[in-house]
Amino acid sequence: MQPFVTLTGVAAPLDRANVDTDQIIPKQFLKRIERTGFGQFLFYDWRYEADGVTPNPDFELNAPAYEGATILVAGRNFGSGSSREHAPWALADYGFRCIITPSYADIFFNNCFQNGILPIILPEETVKQLIQKAQEQPGYELTIDLPAQTIRDEEGLSIHFDIDPFRKNRLVHGLDDIGTTLQHEAEITAFEQQRPKWSSRVQMPA
Amino acid sequence: MSKPRTLFEKIWDAHVVHQEEGQPALLYVDLHLVHEVTSPQAFEGLRMTGRKVRRPDLTLATMDHNVPTTDRSLPIVDQISAKQMETLTRNCEEFGVTLFGLDDPRQGIVHVISPELGITQPGMTIVCGDSHTSTHGAFGSLAFGIGTSEVEHVLATQTLPQSTPKTMEIRIEGDGPLPTGVTSKDIILAIIGKIGTAGATGYVVEYTGAPIRALSMESRMTICNMSIEAGARAGMIAPDETTFNYLKGRPHAPQGAEWDEAVAYWRTLTTDEGATYDTTVVLNAADLAPQVTWGTNPGQVLPVTERVPNPDDYTDPTDRNTTHRALEYMGLEPGTPLEGLPLDRVFIGSCTNSRIEDLRLAAHLADGKQVASTLHAMVVPGSGAVKQQAEAEGLDKIFKAAGFEWREAGCSMCLGMNPDTLAPGERCASTSNRNFEGRQGKGGRTHLVSVPMAVAAAIEGKLVDIRQWDKENKGK
Repeated sequence: MQPFVTLTGVAAPLDRANVDTDQIIPKQFLKRIERTGFGQFLFYDWRYEADGVTPNPDFELNAPAYEGATILVAGRNFGSGSSREHAPWALADYGFRCIITPSYADIFFNNCFQNGILPIILPEETVKQLIQKAQEQPGYELTIDLPAQTIRDEEGLSIHFDIDPFRKNRLVHGLDDIGTTLQHEAEITAFEQQRPKWSSRVQMPA
Repeated sequence: MSKPRTLFEKIWDAHVVHQEEGQPALLYVDLHLVHEVTSPQAFEGLRMTGRKVRRPDLTLATMDHNVPTTDRSLPIVDQISAKQMETLTRNCEEFGVTLFGLDDPRQGIVHVISPELGITQPGMTIVCGDSHTSTHGAFGSLAFGIGTSEVEHVLATQTLPQSTPKTMEIRIEGDGPLPTGVTSKDIILAIIGKIGTAGATGYVVEYTGAPIRALSMESRMTICNMSIEAGARAGMIAPDETTFNYLKGRPHAPQGAEWDEAVAYWRTLTTDEGATYDTTVVLNAADLAPQVTWGTNPGQVLPVTERVPNPDDYTDPTDRNTTHRALEYMGLEPGTPLEGLPLDRVFIGSCTNSRIEDLRLAAHLADGKQVASTLHAMVVPGSGAVKQQAEAEGLDKIFKAAGFEWREAGCSMCLGMNPDTLAPGERCASTSNRNFEGRQGKGGRTHLVSVPMAVAAAIEGKLVDIRQWDKENKGK
């Protein structure tokens, strides 16, 4: 996984609460069997007119100022709904590497860390201020420093954010979860040996 | 004596393989359910790293999201869907995973088939690349949805690193059965209406109280299914005689001496006297009425007797904006009574409400009636087994005579990945679980309701109060 250390980029505002995964990537695009290429479908129903091709001029992220944005600032309960990892895949493929909101849905939050995306949680008032800045000063840039846990801008803003130290370490080093777990192989095997044999039998007893 | 523990804590403690200070616990997974949409990239990951499926015997795959619900003897029209299903077949063959494919009578929605086969059991940890995995918590298991990277992790290791969630008790108070016309679907919608779609984020919920204990397994599954709609990591109900009676004799349930051993263990899976939850929410069953969602998330819900809210009623600017946007999308004016809203479609199905009990109830209400001529209504059984059982009982004939379409098993119009979708602007009463924008089709407008509410709506061509409707239709 691509490590996340520092990031300087344009902040794009999405001033909506409860952005669900059906909005992030609608179901008709979940049929692909690859991990890549989902960025073109990000926020599809909002981003395009009914013809599915013409960009919707009213959709915030379509403004030229937010082209190439790498930081998304949005409302609370971001990523609610389905477990589809296609949602972070689409965000990452579009170019977002960091999301800032007051809160996330659990599964989406986990999925971000699996894909080198940093989901930052800040108080609602702070998020509102960042959204306002990004709206009023198109092209507004933020610098995220994960080791230092700070968000800065060129005007002297400096915000501290909290993050679980374990998750932070994995992100900073781009660590693979499976590799780490397999270091406990012996414990997994020992655990398996004491499970009752009637527990979960997918294959029919002979 | 050991410290009193909640049901959740008992199951959690029994599955920790490895734990280090400041790190998530490594939890063992008893059952991994797999479907076609969230697994291809996980299998591909195994291939790329040369890893195997550690426990194919604890892994079960089926196809549900993408499958056509029309004639199965015809080729699948959508080539990309067909490819995704073929990919699952190939992956299951290559990695030795049991698959109930399209031609298998046991095929169906993953959250319907595992319980009905007796594979889902109390005390288990169950995961699936699907948020509605919370359904299985109805058996007193710890069941939750995961992303595709985690699917790969479980395939490779049969474990998952998990940070400890908080616990929430949602207690339904009351003496026993629910008020007339109120179902478990109304309980869970009312809960989400009360605490919001993020109200249980970070929590595992245990549902308690006499009205919960009085529910059938099917009704319990409906509640646990929608726990995720309140943001919960999982929802669970302690197992009891209802659970054991449901499981006994099912094909994959333990038998003979093993059954006795299993039940003896399952009986210990209750929250101990004196155990504490991090938070408790209380609802009174007597206060519940049939619920209808009016907006674009399941928390935007009201009793059917209420009116569409006004954005100006909300003090929080975010709530005001959200309400305004929802009403615009739903094509609704503030103050409009929910009762009487004209409908274009009715969908009875999904992992929330497509089990045999749901279909029996629907058929009972539809018997001898006619679906309104202005409306198209569809019944999609949750599994091949549900369909077969319904047909054996003649329910299909009742539905067809009443003008409902009777389909093959699948997720269908709950999310419209297959051809079953709403057209832009169409208004639908649906027994499914999500009313998000575009969920059932771009521009489609979804009102989530219970099974009886959906049947009455189909017959009247508009939303009606099932309590009133039932009274008026008694004996007709």
